Amino acid sequence: MTADDARRGELKPIMDAAAVERALRRMATQIAEDLASRGEIALVGIRAGGVPVARRLARLVAEAEGGPPPPIGEVDITLYRDDLYTGLEKPVLGETRIPFPVEGARIVLVDDVLFTGRTVRAALDELMDYGRPRLVRLAVLVDRGHRELPIQADYVGRRLETELSDRVVVVHGGDGERDPEARVELGRAGRGRP
Amino acid sequence: MSFARKDLVGIADLEEHEILTLLDTAERFRELNERPIKKVPTLRGRSVIHLFLEPSTRTRTSFDIAAKRMSADTFSVGGVTSSAVKGETLLDTARNLHAMRPDVIVVRHKMAGTAALLAKALPCSVINAGDGFHEHPTQALLDALTLRQRLGGFEGRTVTIVGDIAHSRVARSNVILLTRLGARVRVCGPRTLIPPGIEALGAVACDRLRDAIEDADVVMMLRIQQERIDQGGHYFPNTREYSRLYGLNLDTMRRARPDVLVMHPGPVNRGVEISPEVADGPWSVILDQVTNGVAVRMSAMYHVMGADRAEAAVQRGADR
Repeated sequence: MTADDARRGELKPIMDAAAVERALRRMATQIAEDLASRGEIALVGIRAGGVPVARRLARLVAEAEGGPPPPIGEVDITLYRDDLYTGLEKPVLGETRIPFPVEGARIVLVDDVLFTGRTVRAALDELMDYGRPRLVRLAVLVDRGHRELPIQADYVGRRLETELSDRVVVVHGGDGERDPEARVELGRAGRGRP
Repeated sequence: MSFARKDLVGIADLEEHEILTLLDTAERFRELNERPIKKVPTLRGRSVIHLFLEPSTRTRTSFDIAAKRMSADTFSVGGVTSSAVKGETLLDTARNLHAMRPDVIVVRHKMAGTAALLAKALPCSVINAGDGFHEHPTQALLDALTLRQRLGGFEGRTVTIVGDIAHSRVARSNVILLTRLGARVRVCGPRTLIPPGIEALGAVACDRLRDAIEDADVVMMLRIQQERIDQGGHYFPNTREYSRLYGLNLDTMRRARPDVLVMHPGPVNRGVEISPEVADGPWSVILDQVTNGVAVRMSAMYHVMGADRAEAAVQRGADR
């Protein structure tokens, strides 16, 4: 939690580590049934928040399937953002790493929170620049609504009613595979402010 | 880690963290340049004018590729085809170009201070691609990127720059950058080509090549600028003598560390400042420098772009 979060007042707990684990396990089972049983799949996490979720999902998909964990990639969408030039100071670029051929692949794109859909749009564009996947599905831990683009998730851990000004905070800890500190919290704007 | 400038005029203006930001971003762009599809939409709809009033192949091509890989539209204005030959002043040329609303002007000119002049006069971003004997910041950044990849860092490393230091913007930008990041810099060449006061920039001058390259981690050879000698400069008796005293060849390389890195900003005068065996040898990172050039220029454009929006944002804030 940053000082900024603290200023926004109390964060209301939404999911604890056990709830996150249950949600991911359910998503992994669905992914395994839909996709993994019909051939190889790969997971691509959207940096930064989607990457630990993708790692955990990969392990859980492997458990559900009884096979080896699917390959994992990471995308940094900064260069594909539609709001990059709102100031002189640019965001730091992260690494995009896709260690498998995208051409013809069956890919599950993974993020922690689905909000406006703009990040997913950018990630799809970036993925397409690596090749033409056979199909792309979307998995998110939390869908908080307020879409600004026609994008929907195929696998959702938790749907959350939120105000546009709310903040959904997903905390990742541990080694990314098992995460006893994982939790989801909701911050209401205005509360706790003078 | 940040970079919040409208322009990239010289290394001398930059703080260490700004240099590192440019290098870190360039590292990411290097990865992009290895992808099958080497293009991102980052600068879509943005215009970049290359105003090159001095000959250049490598630098202009490098800037052009960098801009196009980020989806910018590029326009090239050269010396012979431009109105400069009709007597238009530089500032008039620049103002007219700016009236066509580019986002970035990349400028190379034989006069020191050109980039700073344009940066001050124009609201768009300006990137210096070489101004006289003054600075060539993207060259120094690509050299630094190459060194960092090979050596891991700069602290405690010794870099020797050999050749026409006095007339070299490459040497000047490199001396400033490398010393700022913690490297030791030696410069070597005929006394006539070592500028007085180079020590003030943090470099140590050496007269003899073998002393200069001994224990050096990196030897950077500069091009002997034949055009300056043809213009009547009497800096050394002849190129053959220069080559004998300051040329890097297999014989002189025996004085160097076996793992020394040899650099050259190009274009290479084979057989004058460097022998073909050395230029093409295992020490050479000359082509790495060229590869890194594209990444560094992408980084520079990424970071300076958006001055107009930033100004508009400040304006919106003031209106509120």
